[in-house]
Amino acid sequence: MATEILMPALSPTMEEGTLAKWLVKEGDTVSAGDIIAEIETDKATMEFEAVDEGVIGKILVAEGTEGVKVNTPIAVIGEAGEDMSKAEAASAPAPVALETSEGKADAAPATAAVPAQAAAPRTDRTPDWPEGTAMKTQTVREALRDAMAEEMRRDDSVFVMGEEVAEYQGAYKVTQGLLDEFGAKRVIDTPITEHGFAGLGVGAAFGGLRPIVEFMTFNFAMQAIDHIINSAAKTLYMSGGQMGAPMVFRGPNGAAARVGAQHSQDYAAWYSSIPGLKVVQPYSAADAKGLLKTAIRDPNPVIFLENEILYGRSFEVPDLEDFTIPFGKAKIWREGTDVTIVSFGIGMTYALAAAEELAKEGIEAEVIDLRTLRPIDYDTVIASVMKTNRCVTVEEGFPVCSMGNHLSAYIMTHAFDYLDAPVLNCTGKDVPMPYAANLEKHALTSVPEVVAAVKSVTYR
Amino acid sequence: MPPRKTAAKAAAATPNVSADELKTYYREMLLIRRFEEKAGQLYGMGLIGGFCHLYIGQEAVVVGLEAAAEEGDKRVTSYRDHGHMLACGMDPKGVMAELTGREGGYSKGKGGSMHMFSKEKHFYGGHGIVAAQVPIGAGLAFADKYQGNGRVTFTYFGDGAANQGQVAETYNMAQLWDLPVIFVIENNQYAMGTSVKRATKSPDFWERGAAYGIAGEAVDGMDVLAVKAAGEKAVAHCRAGKGPYILEVMTYRYRGHSMSDPAKYRTREEVQEMREKRDAIEHVRQMLLTGGHASEDDLKRIDKEIKEIVNEAAEFSKESPEPHLDELWTDIYADAAPQNA
Repeated sequence: MATEILMPALSPTMEEGTLAKWLVKEGDTVSAGDIIAEIETDKATMEFEAVDEGVIGKILVAEGTEGVKVNTPIAVIGEAGEDMSKAEAASAPAPVALETSEGKADAAPATAAVPAQAAAPRTDRTPDWPEGTAMKTQTVREALRDAMAEEMRRDDSVFVMGEEVAEYQGAYKVTQGLLDEFGAKRVIDTPITEHGFAGLGVGAAFGGLRPIVEFMTFNFAMQAIDHIINSAAKTLYMSGGQMGAPMVFRGPNGAAARVGAQHSQDYAAWYSSIPGLKVVQPYSAADAKGLLKTAIRDPNPVIFLENEILYGRSFEVPDLEDFTIPFGKAKIWREGTDVTIVSFGIGMTYALAAAEELAKEGIEAEVIDLRTLRPIDYDTVIASVMKTNRCVTVEEGFPVCSMGNHLSAYIMTHAFDYLDAPVLNCTGKDVPMPYAANLEKHALTSVPEVVAAVKSVTYR
Repeated sequence: MPPRKTAAKAAAATPNVSADELKTYYREMLLIRRFEEKAGQLYGMGLIGGFCHLYIGQEAVVVGLEAAAEEGDKRVTSYRDHGHMLACGMDPKGVMAELTGREGGYSKGKGGSMHMFSKEKHFYGGHGIVAAQVPIGAGLAFADKYQGNGRVTFTYFGDGAANQGQVAETYNMAQLWDLPVIFVIENNQYAMGTSVKRATKSPDFWERGAAYGIAGEAVDGMDVLAVKAAGEKAVAHCRAGKGPYILEVMTYRYRGHSMSDPAKYRTREEVQEMREKRDAIEHVRQMLLTGGHASEDDLKRIDKEIKEIVNEAAEFSKESPEPHLDELWTDIYADAAPQNA
């Protein structure tokens, strides 16, 4: 039976091409794999092979023809002795009419326009632990260690790996004591190979374990970011929901003190832009503990951004056998009516200190700790802005494409008519982190900057 | 450049299989070849888009190694993955429908040629970043060792990937922790358009394992029995708790790197010579015929059966609808268990 040979698509973008040369003539016998023509695509001249064996019956498009649309019949191939003279040169180009889904974006998510005068969203203000719970004082470092230890006792598939996590007891002593309790099988010192052990951790998660991968700092995770994003974050989607990477990547993030440009970056905004990741950046010890426990139990890859300066800070932590804090629930540290200050992680130290100073001048700031950056508790932010009509964001990261930029856009979209001033972003400066003490201080945001921003939006 | 002669080829002079097994390998290799030819055709028709990397020429590698695997063993590979999926028993319909981006594909049309997975068949992808699958494979083996289940992981990568830094990192950890992982270097002589000798001065990739204390060998990848024999040796090594093993399988890709590769970096004669003199399928075909294990008619029946399977897969891949628009927003996050806060 005669079959048409169609003009092939020979690159991802090819729509038409030139039939440069026929290497066979009518009546020639060809077998699969024989080159029958040369075709010029938008990228190169390609050899075109026969797919089936047979006899070239009729050549429908002469060599040298330009602009031959993909899928136009260019020749007819049949069995020996078959009459194919009736085959006609196709006049109309016949691109494959695939139904596309373009232009039918009716399934769009909540990014669509929102009525300007929307009612304030309902927010979850239930307490994180029952009232009257006994509290104990703990550093962030101890709280993180306890969270890991509790989850490792609860689930045998949880293990910790990273540089100096076992015998050295943690470069910042966060994993102190874990080796003694859980042994070398579950607390694993790795060679200094971030790319390799991050990928190995992803494979272990695919294989049914719950890895906690510690980076000595997230600055070093830049060597591993391909596995964090391409291998961990995207696999659930790429596999149609069949498998993903339930794991935690954790470690200190952002500036410590005097460690220079390569050890001081805040990656909050980078990771928060990736669908498939969850991103946590706690401030207090209680949040560090409750959120890390949630992160370890979460069936998705979680980026857990700690801070070296906060490790040694003490906070009140509930003295409970088991407590977790859900993702996507911000914490209001201070209620106020004049301005909303939104921050997270170490940014909260500036936000809370500024709020104290502002209170002395009669400005009552509402201070929101996002706690998780993906998901973000937008509702709590919007409800607050609808009340105060002003907003200042605070973070240590770079200013371009910062979390503050994103929040400004979100607030503009969802509460435009409530704003009495532009949203201002207090961020780190748009420079690599300098070493000199005075320059470093200026490269970060500061309490006076936050105070000034609040005064600006409150027109004081 | 033809594959170098290897010791394993001589070992294969004494077949380590029954006639039935040999027919099975013939069938499985032919399925991959016909499937890939069909995929090339569908690409030409615009039904498959983007990148499409065909496995034609390399069939004996996966078929030989799958013959050495047991139920529960794992495999992970790069973006040239169609052959691996068919060889481990994934449904040709589901694979082809993923190539056409349809609902019936293994990833519901959301992965494409380079990104398919099957939990059921222990196939862990389908990875698009060169060499990323190497530490992932070691991680799968890490999980097996942690769970003490006796499984091994076949981690496939090419001669191009073999030069990546993360391969060195992974070798080091795999040997340090005695992980049951077989590193299969499919040396098809070209990393896209760069021949091995233009990319490295130490072309014996398997020997690099020696720097980490990893045992290994080179194998003739155009001889399915040699691959199987080497695979069995590697599997035994891993299952005995002796740590990783490297197999450098010397093979050849007949087609371009991807569909849009004009393959100007090698001569037509070189490809033709491999096809005519070293073809892995023809090799088994001749063994079956000359050994009197199958008649021409027997083989024609197999050919016909394979053609039908491939045609059915192609039909399915055209008829399966495009994914529903709601699919855009699913499978981004797995649901978390209810919190007990």
